[in-house]
Amino acid sequence: MHDVSAHAAHHTPPQGFLRKYVFSVDHKVIGKQYYGLGLLAVMIGMALSWLMRIHLVWPNFAIPGLQWLSSAGAPGGVITPEYYLQLMTMHGTLMVFFVLTNVPFAGFGNFFLPIQIGAEDMAFPRFNMMSFWVTFVGFCVLVAAFFVGDGPPLSGWTAYAPLSALPGTGPGQAMGQTLWAISIAVFCIGQLLGSLNFITTTLDLRTKGMTLMRMPLCTWAWFITSCIGLLAFAVLLPACILLILDRVAGTSFFVPSNLVVSDQLVNHSGGSPLLWQHLFWFFGHPEVYIAILPAAGIVSHILVNSYRRPLLSHKAIIYCMMGIGFLSYMVWGHHMFLSGMNPFSALVFSFPTLVITIPATILVLIWIGSLYGSNLQINSASLFALGFISMFVSGGVSGFFLAQPAIDVYLHGTYFVVGHFHMVMGVAAIFGMFAGTYFWAPKMFGRMMNETLGKIHFWGTFVGTYCIFMPFHYLGLVGNVRRYSAFVDDYLAPLMPVHRFITIAALATGAVQLIFVYNLAYSRFKGKPAPENPWQGTSLEWATSSPPPWDNFGGKLPVVYHDPYQYGIEGSSGDYVMQNSPEQIQTAREDKKLI
Amino acid sequence: MATTLQPPPTINSAARGLRYVKPHESSAPSTGIWVGLAAITMTFAAFTSAMVVRQGSGNDWRHFSFPVILYFNTATLVASSVTLQIGRGRFAAVLEGIDYAASALRALYGTLVLGCVFVLGQYAAWLQLRSEGLYLASAPSSSFFYIFTVLHALHVIGGLLGLIYVTSKLHRGILRASTLSAASQYWHFMALLWIYLLLLLVVRI
Amino acid sequence: MGKLVAVTLILIAIGSAIPILAHIWVPPADISTHGYQIDEQMSDTMVEAGICFLAAQIILAVFIWMFSDRKPGTKINAFPGGAKGLVIGAFLLVGTEVLALGFFGTKAWATIYFTPPAADAMSIQVQAGQFAFYFRYPGPDGKFGPLHPEKINEANQNIFGLDVDNDPASKDDIVTAEMGVPVNKEVRLLMHAKDVGHSFYVRELRIQQDFVPGLDLQLHFTATKVGRYEIVCTQLCGLGHYNMKAYLNVMSQPDYDAWIKQQATMQ
Repeated sequence: MHDVSAHAAHHTPPQGFLRKYVFSVDHKVIGKQYYGLGLLAVMIGMALSWLMRIHLVWPNFAIPGLQWLSSAGAPGGVITPEYYLQLMTMHGTLMVFFVLTNVPFAGFGNFFLPIQIGAEDMAFPRFNMMSFWVTFVGFCVLVAAFFVGDGPPLSGWTAYAPLSALPGTGPGQAMGQTLWAISIAVFCIGQLLGSLNFITTTLDLRTKGMTLMRMPLCTWAWFITSCIGLLAFAVLLPACILLILDRVAGTSFFVPSNLVVSDQLVNHSGGSPLLWQHLFWFFGHPEVYIAILPAAGIVSHILVNSYRRPLLSHKAIIYCMMGIGFLSYMVWGHHMFLSGMNPFSALVFSFPTLVITIPATILVLIWIGSLYGSNLQINSASLFALGFISMFVSGGVSGFFLAQPAIDVYLHGTYFVVGHFHMVMGVAAIFGMFAGTYFWAPKMFGRMMNETLGKIHFWGTFVGTYCIFMPFHYLGLVGNVRRYSAFVDDYLAPLMPVHRFITIAALATGAVQLIFVYNLAYSRFKGKPAPENPWQGTSLEWATSSPPPWDNFGGKLPVVYHDPYQYGIEGSSGDYVMQNSPEQIQTAREDKKLI
Repeated sequence: MATTLQPPPTINSAARGLRYVKPHESSAPSTGIWVGLAAITMTFAAFTSAMVVRQGSGNDWRHFSFPVILYFNTATLVASSVTLQIGRGRFAAVLEGIDYAASALRALYGTLVLGCVFVLGQYAAWLQLRSEGLYLASAPSSSFFYIFTVLHALHVIGGLLGLIYVTSKLHRGILRASTLSAASQYWHFMALLWIYLLLLLVVRI
Repeated sequence: MGKLVAVTLILIAIGSAIPILAHIWVPPADISTHGYQIDEQMSDTMVEAGICFLAAQIILAVFIWMFSDRKPGTKINAFPGGAKGLVIGAFLLVGTEVLALGFFGTKAWATIYFTPPAADAMSIQVQAGQFAFYFRYPGPDGKFGPLHPEKINEANQNIFGLDVDNDPASKDDIVTAEMGVPVNKEVRLLMHAKDVGHSFYVRELRIQQDFVPGLDLQLHFTATKVGRYEIVCTQLCGLGHYNMKAYLNVMSQPDYDAWIKQQATMQ
């Protein structure tokens, strides 16, 4: 075991370029490294989505230069059917793992959790550094799949067996699929190390006066997410190990007998394809809540700040997030209604899936209800936070349909599903990341981002993502099947204009993101220097300099006197009271008027 | 005859060349270990359910005779937990100043040795299986046998590395009680986990 | 800017609802005996989801309009009832709604999965393999011959791996590339996967079911309208997934009899 107290690890600030910026044990550097990795992954993932959308509506369009990435997959730059699926697989894998799990959780969480609880660093700084570099290795192994043999796998980010277990079932299913499985297994280890740190730090390193209920909502979200992630990734890892063994060691966990591929009998027997699905989705469903909960926490944190008043109920948000986390382990079968599992199980899984609507609705009602009578401040961060509410609702209501097995009979495997998860994960969670970036960039980099560019970015993204993903639901209602590299079926021909509209919206919205990247890069170096508390926030990250010193609080840990979010308190000295301010106030909770 | 109770002699361990200092304590190592053990439990639970499903999904399980050496290995691992607990007790006395660090060290060395014997014994079991023609891919039963025992052994080796770290700190006189505590929790859990796996394999193999 | 956000949000909400209300993109007409239950479920759900969607977006927009860009120093009053009312409301309204949907939806599911096919349902086996569907009819003896996977040979047109020489039941089996069924007759579909996972989806019949290698799954349906419908694969199965389809021909009984007789001669 390591020197565990940050106190011992941080007697002196780090020296030297490598220690300061590369192999740093400072949670702030690690948080920025995760953010940077996520930024790289999202740019690759977004570019992949452009290639996919272009191919769907202009199948013979030659992408200049693509033939150098894969001469077999894109001869002359024209994407083949298999290469479309390979790009799609990498798009999903990069986005779900290396963007949605990395940025809102590992990125912002690493940077801000210790500061928000008043600690000097995470509980295990060296494990923390290891968790980033292990994740980075996983990323490199995944990207390597682009450059080997037949290229990346084509079985989707869900990698169902036997397609994913048998090398002979398609291009990319040999070396590419093995690299994919190794990459994800390595990623699991990185996440487990990260969750270990988050949980231990939250439980053990809170400063004096920082009770659990006084932690900001984003801290709670990171804590709950790390608990979910600990158990979920601990199941994905065995699944990947078993898959790798089936592929390279001749075992048959997922491959049954009597399969014939390319007229040859496959030399496996007795395995169960459904076993892969159960293991994968037991991880997979909690994973999507890992993707959304940190964003929900970040949005709650930012909304309160922009409302200039506490939320109607701090505790309800916390209990709802916990409830969602708990229920997330009971619903995995709703991905498998039509999988051939016992049809009675479908009903069993359907009920908790419907019930999870309740805490989600409470969250939305509190966000909107707290807006009533507030003093809403509009800035880039709050715009994206408000946009999150809208997107979360839009994505959530399509869940009503998919949660019912009978309706899933029609909508499963269609663009309706794709619309649903893109709205919640691909848009709402991303809005949470954007909101967090605009809100916290001043603290992380010591410089303000450009507000005008931020607002332009918001408008383009808000309208653009609705234009892209709302039509997905209509396509799904017609029965447009997903994961098709081309639309050759008779009934799909009339839908091509919709697809063209989506592609153009996607390319335009993608272009708008360049404004964000430019803003981020420019402000990092040339932005206006940021004050300590540019948004008049109350939580502890605003009680230190921008950026914070290497030990977060300059050697003196803060003492906490108040609940977070003491905005607009009657009788207080100003419009907000910081958590570590010794000023005596009658807070809402102490007054017992609000919950 | 009047007898007066003498307090136990306070040993000036500096006189014995093993200086001991009481370092700053934190509860984080223990919390961290419990969190880690939760993840490990979940991993083995996933493998267990995979095994149960796989056994039911085909009729090619192929039972084989359970290697008897595993019972000896179990005894070895449990014994190592016992020596570790003895070591903890002695270390507590060291902190009170009423025992030598050397005696605690002896108990820890014993644990390390027994732990290595366990791993070697597991290796012997694998050799025995190989001599019977049972490899990883021979049958689902042997697949899971190897998976469970190899993964457990790897975690035990990780525990051994941790115990080596603990022992070296004790030797240098800078071991914290919380570190030893955390390492012990991990080690005892490895023994409990092994007992669970033993029962599982005895019933299913 | 708050007012602009509010207006945009309302426009987006209404704009999203218009295609639904105008029935621009809808499922095709239902040609099955059980499909009306699915369609009713979908309609009910659409109404409830639609109300929640519109209410949330519009109220959000109205509140943004009302409470952004306020004059400094204006009083801040809480939402009437506070959190308690909202939480209780959420539990009661949403809880009842979703549980009702779930409860009433079980009927449609039960019709598909918990009712066995009629004793006189005709059996058709469908095999899904990269990248085509093939169908097998038992022929006059009413029995399917056993499958021998090692005998599968695409080049020799032995799709199912039948051994007609040694298995008497296989002699009269009829293998076709299109699925023909008589109208208003219950069909028992026996689903067999050759290589990887696939799925069987006929939109008009309101049925969809995965093929799982190693599992013999069954589905039953009754088609109520003559016509030609597409069967498409909805489970990612490889590079030809987009192109993996077949046609379902629902015919009158005499037409079907003629068709199956003609198919038998082509074996």
